[in-house]
Amino acid sequence: MKKQRRRLDGNSFLLMITILLFVIMYLIGVVLFKDQGFAKTQNFLNLFISNAGLIVIAAGMTIVMITGGIDISVGSVVAMVCMILAWSMENAGWGAIQAMIFVLFIGLVFGLVQGWLVAYLKIQPFIVTLAGMFFARGMTAVISKEMISIKNELFLSWAQYKIYLPFGGYVNKKGKLILPYIYPSVIIALAVLVIVFIVLKYTKFGRSIYAIGGNEQSALMMGLNVKRTKLKAYILEGFLASLGGFLFCLNTCSGFVEQAKGFEMDAIASSVIGGTLLTGGVGNVFGSLFGVLIKGTIEAFITFQGTLSSWWTRITIAAMLCFFIVLQSIFAAAKEKNKK
Amino acid sequence: MDKVKKLTSKRLFMPIFCLVIMLIAAVIASPDFFKIGVQNGVLYGRIIDVINRGSEVVILAVGMTLVVAASAGTDISVGAVMAVVAAVTCSFIAGGQQSVNEYINNPILGAMLGILVGILCGCFNGLLVAKLKIQPMVATLILFTAGRGIAQLLTNGQITYVRVESFKKLGASIPGVPIPTAIFVTAFVVLLTLLLLKKTALGMYIETVGINSKAARLVGLKSTKIIFMVYAFSGFCASIAGLINCSRIYSADANNIGLNLELDAILAVALGGNSLAGGKFSLLGSVIGAYTIQTLTTTLYAVSVSSDQIPVYKAIVVVIIVSLQSPELMRMIRRLRAKSSVQTTSGKGAA
Repeated sequence: MKKQRRRLDGNSFLLMITILLFVIMYLIGVVLFKDQGFAKTQNFLNLFISNAGLIVIAAGMTIVMITGGIDISVGSVVAMVCMILAWSMENAGWGAIQAMIFVLFIGLVFGLVQGWLVAYLKIQPFIVTLAGMFFARGMTAVISKEMISIKNELFLSWAQYKIYLPFGGYVNKKGKLILPYIYPSVIIALAVLVIVFIVLKYTKFGRSIYAIGGNEQSALMMGLNVKRTKLKAYILEGFLASLGGFLFCLNTCSGFVEQAKGFEMDAIASSVIGGTLLTGGVGNVFGSLFGVLIKGTIEAFITFQGTLSSWWTRITIAAMLCFFIVLQSIFAAAKEKNKK
Repeated sequence: MDKVKKLTSKRLFMPIFCLVIMLIAAVIASPDFFKIGVQNGVLYGRIIDVINRGSEVVILAVGMTLVVAASAGTDISVGAVMAVVAAVTCSFIAGGQQSVNEYINNPILGAMLGILVGILCGCFNGLLVAKLKIQPMVATLILFTAGRGIAQLLTNGQITYVRVESFKKLGASIPGVPIPTAIFVTAFVVLLTLLLLKKTALGMYIETVGINSKAARLVGLKSTKIIFMVYAFSGFCASIAGLINCSRIYSADANNIGLNLELDAILAVALGGNSLAGGKFSLLGSVIGAYTIQTLTTTLYAVSVSSDQIPVYKAIVVVIIVSLQSPELMRMIRRLRAKSSVQTTSGKGAA
């Protein structure tokens, strides 16, 4: 009984706080901006629609962070993926499916190279992915310095395909029932989230990731293949980064060099707010989801408020990050005391 | 052979070797690399350009080296702190206006204020890392995220210009002195730090804390204090770099001052042969690493690669250099060699 309680004290408790914070923030939004339609179901779904890519990328980031690593290349990878998609469909005349498979493959290769450097050459993940970040952003500029808009019909039909939900609608002034909708990207993102959750929780690979993050030396002693597991984690992460980039591109339908700048920090911040420790070993993809949703809510606040400038998003996220980090460290200190 | 081995095992061998290779590549790419001329009474040429433009990275790298050595982590907020410092200084000097042609407030006071704010930013990081025991990257992530936002808040989201000749001196040159001012400032910062580290026991303390902070505490060193100080010093370095940079463009551009410079600084530390896992460090190695990066950047500009595309080459060079410095790769090669020699001998035995 006591043991159960202590577990709730630590990481689950942090997750609870994150979820609670999101709910409170959202309710505040509902109260403040009720007239502008903050309370509508559609507004809630918009959080998912505009952040579908980030949800997938934050899930990947969580995996890597649980191993004790980090990947700061994701933002640039997103930009590169968008640019490749745009360029291959508009300038090279590829089909949408062909382009999609190609970028997902690129993501795998990117993850493979980074993972090999991290796992087998034992170079610090920060440095490797730093190089990856430079490389991907630079490649984006090599492909094209101009912005390319995507006009491929199949791609646009994916991007604009509305899936109406059978509930949560309202009747507008003309007496017509308006149902809330989502895009396919949301379904993909949520599916990825569930899959990653299952993989982390119930497969040998997932448990090895936690073991390595907790203590690499012990994991090695236990007979786990540390190098290969790390490599796999980075490959998965690279794949998720390119998939996230694809979903992001469905939102923007264009490719340009400055795209998704600072995305990696959004993903890291979401993971940390969601309770993932950068030292590794602890983390949960659903926590990261709420991290992303909190970020989305702050952005929604600023849009609805109207007069605040966009940089307030950054400052608020940083303040929140600070709050959560300090909270985490207090819990860690308390745990340490308990042990003694 | 022994001499060669002795030479290659020296700490600074790899960084210098990398720099030499980079310089040779630079000369091949643009033959007039080492040509130095005089323009308007100031020395002029690519090599001068490298040393001049590299100032910010070198100064940041000095602070970063100590941070890495003492806390086994990186301070990723330095670029953002540069922007904050520039914003504070320029908006103080301009008295809150967007563009001024003469000083509204005392520029020296403005610079002092900027440095103070920079040190405060460093103290904030230090507090989180040393006292609250937060991983350095996460702790500095806070200012990294918020810094540019704060800078924009200070400048009202616009670029604050200070169009006064004397304000540009720090980033350009003082009349009558042929060497750009930034080089003097850099030399001053590097020498001061070196003196502090070599003439006092501070350098050894930092290494001790970096190798094992618990053990350092047990032998009577105040680990938290040293880590805190190192971050404050990194903030100081960032503020100096920020002042130089904002003087160069005589304005505070919150979005672009020091952009990606934290990455260059961290690379400089890694290229200098310093382990990012903390412990023993070489300040000169980092300085050499910083100039290596700047040489690469300048050379790429010289062969007219656009600034957007430079990162590709930077990334490739970095991966090659860091892989070469990885002991794992050496071990792998040795193993392969051993395997192939075993195979040949066993093959001979069978024949």
